[in-house]
Amino acid sequence: MSSLRTASGGRIDRTKTLRFYFDGRSHTGVQGDTLASALLANGEYLLGRSFKYHRPRGVVAAGSDEPNAIVNLTRDAARSTPNVRATTIELYEGLHAESQNRFPSLQVDIGAINDLLSPLLPAGFYYKTFKWPASWWQRVYEPLIRAAAGLGRAPTLPDPDRYVGRWAHADVLVVGAGPAGLSAALAAADAGVRVVLADEQSEFGGSLLSEPTEMQTWLAEAIATLAANPRVTLLPRTTAFGYFAHNMAGLAERVTDHLANPPPHLPRERLWQIRVKQVVLATGALERPLVFPNNDRPGIMLAGAARTYLNRYGVLPGKRIVVATATDSAYRAALDLRAAGADVAVIADLREAPGEIADEARAAGIAVRTATSVVGAGGLQHVAWAALAPVAGGAPEAVPCDALLMSGGWTPAVHLFSQSRGKLRFDADASAYLPDVSAEHERSAGACRGVFGLAEAQGDGAAAGASAASGKPYTPSAATPNGGGWLGLMPNAPAKKAFIDFQNDVTAKDIKLAVREGMRSIEHIKRYTTTGMATDQGKTSNMNTLGVASGALDATIPQIGHTTFRMPYTPVTFGGLAGFSRGDLFEPIRMTPIHPWAAEAGAVFEDVGQWKRAHYFPKRGEDLHAAVARECLAVRASVGMFDASTLGKIEVVGPDAAEFLNRMYVNAWTKLGVGRCRYGILCREDGFVRDDGVVGRIAQDRFHVTTTTGGAAGVLNMMEDYLQTEWPELDVWLTSTTEQWAVIAIQGPKARAVIAPLVEGLDISREKFPHMAVAECTFAGVPARLFRVSFSGELGFEVNVPADYGRAVWEAIYAAGRPHNIVPYGTETMHVLRAEKGFIIVGQDTDGTATPDDAGVGWAVAKSKRDFVGKRSLARAAMTGPSRKQLVGLLTADPKTVLEEGAQLVDDPHQAVPMTLLGHVTSSYYSATLGHSIALAMLVNGRARIGQTVHVPMPNGAIAVRVVKPVFYDPEGARLDG
Amino acid sequence: MVETALRRPPLAGLVPPPGDAVVLAPVPPAARFILRVRPAAQTAAGEAFGGPLPTIACRAATEGARAALWLGPDEWLLISPDAPDFTALAGVPHSLVDVGHRQAGITVSGPRAAAALNTGCPLDLDEAAFPVGMCTRTVVAKTQIVLWRTAPETFHVEAWRSFLPYVCGYLAEASREFSG
Repeated sequence: MSSLRTASGGRIDRTKTLRFYFDGRSHTGVQGDTLASALLANGEYLLGRSFKYHRPRGVVAAGSDEPNAIVNLTRDAARSTPNVRATTIELYEGLHAESQNRFPSLQVDIGAINDLLSPLLPAGFYYKTFKWPASWWQRVYEPLIRAAAGLGRAPTLPDPDRYVGRWAHADVLVVGAGPAGLSAALAAADAGVRVVLADEQSEFGGSLLSEPTEMQTWLAEAIATLAANPRVTLLPRTTAFGYFAHNMAGLAERVTDHLANPPPHLPRERLWQIRVKQVVLATGALERPLVFPNNDRPGIMLAGAARTYLNRYGVLPGKRIVVATATDSAYRAALDLRAAGADVAVIADLREAPGEIADEARAAGIAVRTATSVVGAGGLQHVAWAALAPVAGGAPEAVPCDALLMSGGWTPAVHLFSQSRGKLRFDADASAYLPDVSAEHERSAGACRGVFGLAEAQGDGAAAGASAASGKPYTPSAATPNGGGWLGLMPNAPAKKAFIDFQNDVTAKDIKLAVREGMRSIEHIKRYTTTGMATDQGKTSNMNTLGVASGALDATIPQIGHTTFRMPYTPVTFGGLAGFSRGDLFEPIRMTPIHPWAAEAGAVFEDVGQWKRAHYFPKRGEDLHAAVARECLAVRASVGMFDASTLGKIEVVGPDAAEFLNRMYVNAWTKLGVGRCRYGILCREDGFVRDDGVVGRIAQDRFHVTTTTGGAAGVLNMMEDYLQTEWPELDVWLTSTTEQWAVIAIQGPKARAVIAPLVEGLDISREKFPHMAVAECTFAGVPARLFRVSFSGELGFEVNVPADYGRAVWEAIYAAGRPHNIVPYGTETMHVLRAEKGFIIVGQDTDGTATPDDAGVGWAVAKSKRDFVGKRSLARAAMTGPSRKQLVGLLTADPKTVLEEGAQLVDDPHQAVPMTLLGHVTSSYYSATLGHSIALAMLVNGRARIGQTVHVPMPNGAIAVRVVKPVFYDPEGARLDG
Repeated sequence: MVETALRRPPLAGLVPPPGDAVVLAPVPPAARFILRVRPAAQTAAGEAFGGPLPTIACRAATEGARAALWLGPDEWLLISPDAPDFTALAGVPHSLVDVGHRQAGITVSGPRAAAALNTGCPLDLDEAAFPVGMCTRTVVAKTQIVLWRTAPETFHVEAWRSFLPYVCGYLAEASREFSG
């Protein structure tokens, strides 16, 4: 294939040759090329196969609007990205790209049979075909459709690249660095405010990059001025993909994708989240293809793209060129190509009376046919001729060519404006939707609001930039129509194989079919035909869809409306959105001060929220059940120790502390003496149990409140909420002390013997330090708060020491406990021990619909109190009576049968499904101490059913269980004193 | 003293990232308290502490090695070499709670310190918006911190002890792109 590279010109460096590979074949390009320009320069037109019909496809555009030339880009096995636009891939040495959606090769593709079968694959094909028989759906149709769906292959290895996030603020964000955007940024920067200028391309300049030469000095000076200003942040290769509420923008910066050997310290991408006072949108306009049969043949491209390939990359689209246009702008491409030595055979202008530029073309020796429509194209894998016909009617003429350039006009890129909830209006002169009413502090400038022409765009940008910097209201000048344009199917052209959406293979015929089959709303037409739903989101197709639909529905475009613009403007990588949130930084991993000891002791950990908690401490060869049985028996027989540091803790301080707790908790607190503890229940306003925990009175005005591990943050928030909004007059303050204290529970008949030698300044005898006492003391040489509490039913202490001492104190207790064979135990043993005693765990045995009475702790409610959170709700009729579910115990006939937590309870296991459900199992364990399984359950009218049998229906048959009181071990509480 | 030997502060294992564009380092050990007191007694509380309590929102005041960080209209984080003596405030409603083991601090300094913090902190850290002496509760990604700018290129970050490995790991990862 011959080279289409020009001898000179463009923004490429012809001295820097780059080797690259496409489908395994080696090619060369130069520094400054995109993959698309380098392939075109090598005469490679065929770059991919279409999604549905596997038709041969080549480059249509020169930027991110490219619908066809999407490839798989591979650096190594793990760095493989499907569906990347060849027009946006900057060439680097050693680049590897592969075409997609073809087998066995791009040139010979078996799937192309679909093109011949296309009469059988109309719009709505799926809905019509896969209906019968219904039983085939899961086994046949769905797997088949899933295999055919999707384009490209996702990489299977973990992504080895790094992605970072960055938050930023500025006064003005300018999106797009074309003539309007640069002018806006210059004007805003001139005013001295902080400016961020972002553009998706590798270089700033926008449309100026496609101009021959005259504007290049202005461009270079503008960029230099901005770069020298420390208040300006320049972000090339950065796509503003989302425009969110309150002027928040999401930007994806591609940091290293263009480098052959990215430095390891740099991230691949940076996700910017920028909040600004004012936004200037200068996102330009996208050229529309013309719609005619076989308009998707490789070699047919947008006229503006051809001009970019020539002037920016030094590549000719072909040697013999036909131009079909509905606008003036395509003439510029023709004239530039003619000047570069290409043979421009003819310009076919749809209009009867084109502007002065037609005379310029004729003067350059280019034939211009007015009122002429392109009605077809020929050639197999590359365009060979264009069929031109007079608009007035008559036989088409086939004009030979190897490049067919088309221009249906320019569609303003209103995507971000629309994302920001701005209202669009249809402008008939511009044949386009233009920004109308803003929803954010934003203004559009230049081609994206229909202001075309270089000087006009610069002036518009400068005005927008200056007004954005001032923050004052802004009334933009009138738009400037761009001389013509066409929407929809070309006059006299058949609709068959006349593609509108290249990427999703939607033709004008499909749109007409959808309308014939009853679709009226553009949103329905879109979904029925999938037009505009590919990865390019219809950048080149949406307006032509409206044009065809308008004709088929006999309605104006404003009557049809438009589809919704959604983020992202162009695809964003998952890695970019995830940032650091993977691996060890996915979530904070919270560990207690004693965690390292437990890890060294071989503990198995479980996740409890963000906490890692020791689940059990297996000895050699032990599984969970063996370890837990041993740990439970040791606590009951002698003594065990447990890291309870994750327990939530709140220091409640102030003269009104007791009064505050009185109002929050269901219990009474005013009479609780200093040095005493009480088990507290906290309800929500609706009367249901929210949290529980032991509260100790350290001083008259100081309480040490404990909460559940998971409830810590929420309980503090709830308390602060009531304190600040309901009772601001109370002199009481709340401080989270969860992490101030390491907490070690010592439980078992030998607990006092173990800790007695470690306690200084406190008599911990049975008489002087009874159950539910609390005191400050010195423990193992450090200041401590010692609680005499038990969550196991055994004699128990909980020692709180400042967290830095946690490990040293744990080790001191462990050493002191060795003569008593002290056993460290984990959360599983803690759960079994408390279940044997019928102690609830809020959130496991309760589910947010249990009152204190339901949960068996109604005794804690101080009924004489005037008020507390939830009191009035608890007085409602529905909160009492036989319909309530109540906490009960369950025992199976077979002591080895351990029920499943969550299993349902029914009266009659033989009743028809759906059965009448009476409740469910909330906690279930094997109790080594008792020698049989135990379970707790919430059961309708449960306490009245004690002694009865209910059933647990399971897949292998129902299990009969006896309802018992929820206390299985030491119901008299005799063991509390050791 | 015996107590010191038994202490294991949460930042003992901090490995600073390479380079000097962003430097992470633990702040020296100090006592930390949360003080809550109503306006009428704020002057007296400041005198007891040995340094003024700032009354402008989100500002810190220092007196020698003592610092008081405004966290709320009646809330300060006090950082000082030793536990302050508040006996003079007996009888005045207030709350003084020791949080010296709840949290610890690191400094994030260097020419790219603000950029590294902005990797996970959404605040505007431009000096005009967040000047030296400003402090606030905020976040580093999924963790709450207290952020205090002590010099144009130096920030003091306080976090609860179990979150410090995450905060330090996150900031070390954020610093990597500036280490080249």
